[in-house]
Amino acid sequence: MTVASKSVAGSAVAQAISQIPDPEVPVVSIADLGILRDVAVDEAQRSIVVTITPTYSGCPAMEAIRDRIEHEAGVHGFAAEVRTQLSPAWTTDWMTESGKEALRRFGIAPPGPAHAAGPVTVRLSRHVVTCPHCGSEDTTEISHFGSTACKALRRCNACREPFDEFKAL
Amino acid sequence: MTAGSAPSPEAGSAAYVLAVADDAMVYAQRLGEWLTNAPQIEEDMALANVSLDLLGQARALYARVGELDGSGRGEDDYAMFRDERQWRNVHLVEQERGDFAREMARMLWFASYQHELYAAQLASSDPVVAGVAGKAAKEVRYHLDHARHWVLRLGDGTDESHRRMQAALEWAAPYVDELFDDHAAAVTAVEAGLVARLPSELREAAQGRVEAVVSEATLTMPDPPTWRSRGGRDGIHSRPMGYLLAELQHISRSHPGATW
Ligand SMILES: [Zn+2]
Repeated sequence: MTVASKSVAGSAVAQAISQIPDPEVPVVSIADLGILRDVAVDEAQRSIVVTITPTYSGCPAMEAIRDRIEHEAGVHGFAAEVRTQLSPAWTTDWMTESGKEALRRFGIAPPGPAHAAGPVTVRLSRHVVTCPHCGSEDTTEISHFGSTACKALRRCNACREPFDEFKAL
Repeated sequence: MTAGSAPSPEAGSAAYVLAVADDAMVYAQRLGEWLTNAPQIEEDMALANVSLDLLGQARALYARVGELDGSGRGEDDYAMFRDERQWRNVHLVEQERGDFAREMARMLWFASYQHELYAAQLASSDPVVAGVAGKAAKEVRYHLDHARHWVLRLGDGTDESHRRMQAALEWAAPYVDELFDDHAAAVTAVEAGLVARLPSELREAAQGRVEAVVSEATLTMPDPPTWRSRGGRDGIHSRPMGYLLAELQHISRSHPGATW
């Protein structure tokens, strides 16, 4: 992400926008998730252009994120233009380490490395996922699709607790 | 588009993207019907999530169609305010929801098809088509994996589940050919560089994927069907389509312009 700003007010608005929480996983910011791709601040015009990318094509959180960006910009006295960029496609590899740690503390297993594109071997689920509650690696996938498209539902065989896993994409 | 007349490149491109979007939109609607009807709650969520992926693909593509065809129409105009004869989806996706095995047979075929389709659009001359394909290709891998797991479980499960999964494959067979028909808009789209391959050129890889799963699931590929669906790409649909559209569109049409 590049944050271009030339003034204190400019960097304050960029900072505020980068800290907007994800509506579905509020412990991580849209910057931590890699959804926020660019913030360009024009101090003279009191305007900013914010570029975001959806996690999944049908991600219902995008509208809420867009609204929140416009709101934060307005609070700082800026008019925001929010651009949606599809390409390059979002990948969980863009998630920050601090974002992954926040997920783990929240009880969501963070994603492993995304699979390289290429011929599909399928069987995406054969990888070690550590239980965010007790740290056991003895976990089983219950469903590919958890409470949202970006998560799978798993169960820990050690502490018996269910948990969400942020799927590598 | 009138049968027999060659479409202009732009109109052909718009018609092609519309067909891709309509397949995704109509299948999204069918999959959404599984909410509260799937065999377990995890499956309610799984199918709703696949539906949402497809809906997202359709939305982005509809917005692009409105630019390509010069009409400036938005996603709701395409999804909510077109009549049956204006839809360009294949018959496979409009068929009524059957038992769960049928849904997995349909998803296995459709995801296998979409997997090859989006791969062929990654280097599209149209930036939106390429962008949607880049995202969708990743999503479809999960759809394919999901269908594969269920076909394996059902096919290699009990006698009853095996019988019903086999019957489901037989049910889907007559709708498969239509996915791979080289319709006029697809031919124009290949010429315009919108997509690298014709639908017929996607078949070998897609079918190979299905056959591998079917074989691993101890099932057999159906004999060539005695009839096949046709007409979807020209707006000629089967009986379930009108009911599907009625349910999809009635709120928007009863309350035009309503927001909430
Ligand atoms: Zn545990």
